[in-house]
Amino acid sequence: MIILKNINKSYDIGDSKLHVLKGIDAHIKQGEMVAIMGSSGSGKSTLLNILGLLDNYDNGEYYLNDILVKDLNETKAAKLRSKFLGFVFQSFNLISFKTAVENVALPLYYQGVKRKKRNALALEYLEKVGLKDWAKHLPSELSGGQKQRIAIARALISNPKVILADEPTGALDTTTSYEVMQIFKSINKQGISVVIVTHESDIAQMCDRVINLKDGLIINI
Amino acid sequence: MFDIDKWQEILSTIKKNKLRTFLTGFSVSWGIFMLILLLGSGKGLQNGVQDEFSGDAVNSIWVGGGQTSLAYNGLKPGRNIMFDNADFDAVEKNINNIENLSARLGVWSSSPINYKNEYGTFDLKAVHPNHKVIEKINILSGRFINNIDIEQYRKVAVIGIEAKNALFKDESPIGKYVIINGINFKIVGVFSDKRDRENRRLYLPISAIQRIFTGRDDVGIITMTSKSNDIDQSREIEANLRNLFSKRKTFAKDDERAIWISNNLEEFKDFMDLFKAINIFIWVIGVFTIIAGVVGVSNIMLVVVNERTKEIGIRKAIGATPWATISLIIQESIIITAVSGYIGLVLGVVVMEFVANNIPDSQFFKNPGVDISTAIYATIVLIIAGVVASYFPARKAARIKPIEALRHE
Repeated sequence: MIILKNINKSYDIGDSKLHVLKGIDAHIKQGEMVAIMGSSGSGKSTLLNILGLLDNYDNGEYYLNDILVKDLNETKAAKLRSKFLGFVFQSFNLISFKTAVENVALPLYYQGVKRKKRNALALEYLEKVGLKDWAKHLPSELSGGQKQRIAIARALISNPKVILADEPTGALDTTTSYEVMQIFKSINKQGISVVIVTHESDIAQMCDRVINLKDGLIINI
Repeated sequence: MFDIDKWQEILSTIKKNKLRTFLTGFSVSWGIFMLILLLGSGKGLQNGVQDEFSGDAVNSIWVGGGQTSLAYNGLKPGRNIMFDNADFDAVEKNINNIENLSARLGVWSSSPINYKNEYGTFDLKAVHPNHKVIEKINILSGRFINNIDIEQYRKVAVIGIEAKNALFKDESPIGKYVIINGINFKIVGVFSDKRDRENRRLYLPISAIQRIFTGRDDVGIITMTSKSNDIDQSREIEANLRNLFSKRKTFAKDDERAIWISNNLEEFKDFMDLFKAINIFIWVIGVFTIIAGVVGVSNIMLVVVNERTKEIGIRKAIGATPWATISLIIQESIIITAVSGYIGLVLGVVVMEFVANNIPDSQFFKNPGVDISTAIYATIVLIIAGVVASYFPARKAARIKPIEALRHE
């Protein structure tokens, strides 16, 4: 599903360059649940952004569903994102003035799905994460765990191949974190690859495989 | 571009930011409102003057005697020039391209004019039959003075509608007699004129007046219309008239004060040119006012984009293309400018109508208002304004990188 070959990425900081990723090779198979771990500054967020087509890389090769993605323009990247990828963020990133069901339906809006159909689908996905009764609520009326479940429903609605989660449990307490992880696991059982960036080892242990990053390189422990 | 979903997207964001949207729209409304008010007032001025002109045929030329101001051929300045029947005939004979020719002699009445026990003081003018065309006299009943009246020195009169109302009330005046300076004149027609004051006037045949009242052959002023509305033709007539009279009355051709000539067509054209200039001026002011509004909209849309950076980033992360983002901003801007501009337009028209219905018509201000083409132009200006206003904000939105936006707090 995802193949990374010698991915390099550096950022300009004034006159000097910060080499964040120094040659990443990885292979994430269809239906795998993988955790990316590393301390802060290890490059794990950068890697996730590259995986999510939110950022470009300098050299190397990145194959998403056997398509080489390199130097995409924004329109193409947007299309690929909406076709293959679903995002879950640490800070949920729900649109504050939209209700739960509208938030979940939004990716379908950008795919050109009719309003009635996408709202019906959104309700279905809300039901899957157990929040059907909260459909008409605004994000500000929901708890952190509920918000994250809505974000997951939003990531799932476009029927992606891969879910990319950036510290999805970072803002949640332990019980809620475990609930959210259970949802990820059941998603994974349906054959969707899940990539979770985390620095919590108990969360990472729930995944099939852990990729450890240190100073821009994958290390084996 | 116009799918319902996008409208719902925009409406929902506008609803979330009512005050901001209102303040933005207000500046545009105000700009359009002022533009409409200015254009309407300009139109009112123009209508007033146009109306003043439409009291007479637009192609009419008026000649009157004055006083010489230059010595000429051994004659001293200061001679009075007066026209008589011979001058009238000379104009008819020598000047080309004249369609209607008439003279107009003011008649002085020593006592009020009366019909039975009703008395009144009215303006009396002795004229030829063609005068009807020259002063655009509208016959309501009966007829105007005709050639037979002139030939037979008939004592007839055509009465203005207000004079008729004063003397005859509801009675029909045709065939009845009014007494002018002790002499009976038979009313043969009733007329109305666009100029109110001329409705208190009676027209009499000039031949009879010369014979009965003045005892001389003075004709007062000579009036005519040119054959076409061509300004060059009427200028030529003007020059020929000056030529003719300078010979007949022996005064210097360049003596401007010996006779006066009023060329309606020329004055009309001058006024129309003036109004064209005023109109352009108004549009310039209006457009600049709108530009101020547009800058406001643009400014606020920039703030909007800034405030919504994170939201736009989220949208991009879940699949919004740059174009989807740009069109969202552009459409929002167009909707705000168009709706608020339209409100300004309607308010402007309402105020204009209110003013039009509540101020008395004056000589120089009449029927202010905007016509449909002005409204259409204003609408086009608005939509363009909306696009222009959103250009920079939309560009900014399109450049937002989702990754940076998501970090944005």
